[in-house]
Amino acid sequence: MGDWKTVTVPVLSSDGKNIFQYTSDKKISPPSMNSQVLCLSLPSSKSMHSFFSAFCTEENIDESISYLNRELTTLGFPSIYAESKGKELNLVSIINCMNELLVLQHKNLRAQEEVEMQHMKLGSDMDHLQNCYAKLKEQLELSKREIVGLQERDRQLQSKNRNLHQLLKNEKDEVQKLQNVISSRATQYNHDMKRKEREYNKLKERLHQLVMNKKDKKMAMEVLNYVGRADGKRGAWRTVKTEARNEEEMYKVLLSNYEQRQKQLLVENAELKKVLQQMKKEIISLLPPQKQKPKERSEDGTVLSDLEEDIGELNKENMWELSCETVREQLTNSIRKQWRMLKNHVEKLDNQVSRVHSGALSDKDVISREDHEMETEKLELEIQQCKEMIKTQQQLLQQQLMSPCDDDTTLLLQDCYLLEERERLQEEWRLFREQKKNFEKERRSFTEAAIRLGLERKAFEEDRGTWLKQQFLSMSTDYKRSESVTTPSAFLGSSEQDNRLLKCTSQQRRPRSVFSSPVSAEPCPTFQYLARNSAAPKQHAGDSKPNQWVGSDKEEAE
Amino acid sequence: MNFSELFRLSGLLGRYSPDGRRLASCVQYRLVIRDATTLQLVQLYTCLDQIQYIEWSSDSLFILCAMYKRGIVQVWSLEQPDWHCKIDEGSAGLVASCWSPDGRHILNTTEFHLRITVWSLCTKSVSYIKYPKACQQGVAFTKDGRYMAVAERRDCKDFISIFVCSDWHLLRHFDTETQDLFGIEWAPNGCVLAAWDTCLEYKILLYSLDGRLLSTYRAYEWSLGIKSIAWSPSSQFLAIGSYDEKVRILNHVTWKKITEFEHPATVASTRTIVYKEVEKSPSVETERLSFPPTRALASSLFSTQSKYDVSQVPVSLQCIKPAADRANPKMGIGMLAFSPDNCFLATKNDNIPNAVWIWDIQKLKLFVVLEQLCAIQSFQWDPRQPRLAVCTGNSKVYVWSPAGCVSVQVPGEGDFQIMSLSWHVSGDSMALLSKDNFCVCFLEREEV
Repeated sequence: MGDWKTVTVPVLSSDGKNIFQYTSDKKISPPSMNSQVLCLSLPSSKSMHSFFSAFCTEENIDESISYLNRELTTLGFPSIYAESKGKELNLVSIINCMNELLVLQHKNLRAQEEVEMQHMKLGSDMDHLQNCYAKLKEQLELSKREIVGLQERDRQLQSKNRNLHQLLKNEKDEVQKLQNVISSRATQYNHDMKRKEREYNKLKERLHQLVMNKKDKKMAMEVLNYVGRADGKRGAWRTVKTEARNEEEMYKVLLSNYEQRQKQLLVENAELKKVLQQMKKEIISLLPPQKQKPKERSEDGTVLSDLEEDIGELNKENMWELSCETVREQLTNSIRKQWRMLKNHVEKLDNQVSRVHSGALSDKDVISREDHEMETEKLELEIQQCKEMIKTQQQLLQQQLMSPCDDDTTLLLQDCYLLEERERLQEEWRLFREQKKNFEKERRSFTEAAIRLGLERKAFEEDRGTWLKQQFLSMSTDYKRSESVTTPSAFLGSSEQDNRLLKCTSQQRRPRSVFSSPVSAEPCPTFQYLARNSAAPKQHAGDSKPNQWVGSDKEEAE
Repeated sequence: MNFSELFRLSGLLGRYSPDGRRLASCVQYRLVIRDATTLQLVQLYTCLDQIQYIEWSSDSLFILCAMYKRGIVQVWSLEQPDWHCKIDEGSAGLVASCWSPDGRHILNTTEFHLRITVWSLCTKSVSYIKYPKACQQGVAFTKDGRYMAVAERRDCKDFISIFVCSDWHLLRHFDTETQDLFGIEWAPNGCVLAAWDTCLEYKILLYSLDGRLLSTYRAYEWSLGIKSIAWSPSSQFLAIGSYDEKVRILNHVTWKKITEFEHPATVASTRTIVYKEVEKSPSVETERLSFPPTRALASSLFSTQSKYDVSQVPVSLQCIKPAADRANPKMGIGMLAFSPDNCFLATKNDNIPNAVWIWDIQKLKLFVVLEQLCAIQSFQWDPRQPRLAVCTGNSKVYVWSPAGCVSVQVPGEGDFQIMSLSWHVSGDSMALLSKDNFCVCFLEREEV
């Protein structure tokens, strides 16, 4: 619509020519004016051009002006005539009207644009909403279909469930029926059995009668001769006494059986009680180390009191023998208590050990553990070594046993072993003989020494005797002759008196007779020894012992 | 182990005498007495008909041969071969015969269990016991031979009568609360009598010698009940094997169950040793467990050697499913035996017919399971030591002791299918019996 622009520019010119210009304007741009007017209401098209020319031509200018005036006044614009009656046109008002119209046109255009925009927006909104609506409708359809499907399934499952319940009920009924059937059949069976049995018994009776009738003829025992009883006794008549005896025997058998069982039970009981007592003692012995800890003070008190009680109980050993309820209960209760305490103790120890693991306690425990581990390692090594030894020994043994199939080699081997053994044995024999010889030598030397010692002793004794005698003689010359005969064997004389004395003593039984007899037999050596050992009074005290020792040596030598 | 040659036998009737000096065997109608160690023929007796049952008297001086079809019992003396005795039951018929503990009376059960006739070999007296019960173990003697318990049934009720064996005097007579008494057995100490009900009802009653009911034990209701029981030699335990494949042990003080032993098809405990019999290929392999058989066995052509392997637990054993609609199904604990030192209990679960289960009674735990290739026919403990001999119907004998397990092939040609075995009193030898033959196996003292 480029014609718009062309219209606005040439409009403002002189007044006089306005009309003409107006008209020429009209003429020049009727299509544009017309098109303007027409734009408001009608789309521009070439057909309108004809209409514009149709509206105002040179002939009907006045009518068209009046028509326009009328329209404008109805629209509220001032009239375009200068006066109300005249035909002179008020140009100002015409221009104002045109301006107003233009403004209105702009406004309308803007409004139209807005409306169009809104329309578009609304259109797109509408489209959008329609889409949503369509989608939602689809979804709704889908959900409806789903619901229907689920409902269908639910219905099916419920009907299945009902069927199963029904089946179960039927089965239960059947089972019940069968059980009833069984019981009824059982009673029926029993009843029939009883009936049949009665019949059978009747038959049996009849048969029995028949059989008993023929007893005389057929049933018999032939025996060459009657055999004696197994225990050799005669048979006894059946009397009341025998009946009573039988009863007695039976009761005796029963009683002995019961007594035996009771004894066994008592023994078992006693053993168990002993075991319990031992256990109790051991548990008590395990508990005291707890005394040091402050926590268990309160428990300690109870422990101590319990200990006292228990010790008191333990002392009453006779209580064990009684099997009355109270003692039993006491025992079991006390054991339970002790056991619980022991358990607590062990638990505490476990806690301690766990604490040691985290390394909180004293070195003692740690070291002991280390020691323990070392010891266990040592023991393990030992075990391994022993095992290896055992294995090697086993192998050797097997080798020995599973000697090669060849006899010769086995014989050879055996010979080898035998030779070895033989040589060893020979060596050992040699050693043994040597040792024996040595022993013999030593023995001989010992005996000689013993003999020597004995003789020395004798000599010494003689010396002593003579010395004492001299003393005595020196002390009392009166009693010498009278008492020398009667005084006993302490004196071993070197003179004839002594010989006489010795003979007397040898005749009398003295403890030293062994000692004295060789002396009497060998008087000469004694003199020799006396000569040699004249000054050997060493052993005063302890006489009895050496004498005996010598005596025994003498015996050995002999 | 040394094996003797095979001798003829019929009816699985091969018995050692109680003193261990003689071995009696039957071949049709002939009774053959051999020396137990040399197996030399000592006596040969001929009976009137095919012998169905033989039994030694307790002092080993007499032996009875029962011929049920003819209703005759013949008694022979070992001391005097000329002595003879024939007991003819006549038309009464004969179903069972046994000695009394003193060895001088014979108890014959007549047909239809009409009565038990007590024949005396010492006197001319005859006693009758009426209404004996027709059950598996109807007559039981105490170990010391003083008392006899007889199960009776009168008026549709069960009774037990206790007789004194010395003069057959009736000591006690009382009724039992059982539906249908199945069996009675004395404890080895002779003071307690166990009586149990039919398999339709699990009930075991314990009576004292004077007839008082000491205790009743019921493990469960409705299912099949007791199949077998065994007393321990010290009378301390009573083992009850039932159809639910469990063994329950009762103690003699409270008569309550102290433990139950299960026999599942899978052995899972790691402390159990499972010995599995394995066929050995003909080439000689080094064996770690079983002692190799003697050289004599290597020469036999038909032998397929077998040895024991220790299987790693868990081991699953072969088990069979018994027919559910038949009576007396092959399930439950069919065989129970305590070892003579009271330390072990050997059991067999009929559901798992190839296995022997050995339980340690001191610890009340499963100790050993022996898995064999064939079904177990019988087993028996050595009367002196804890040694178990097992036979499975083939020509091998298996011996287990706590030291180990041995599988030994009996040398000889042909098949020798060992069905039963019987130990000698001293435990030095045992007789292996098959349908047609028997042989004696001598064990050396050092072995096993």
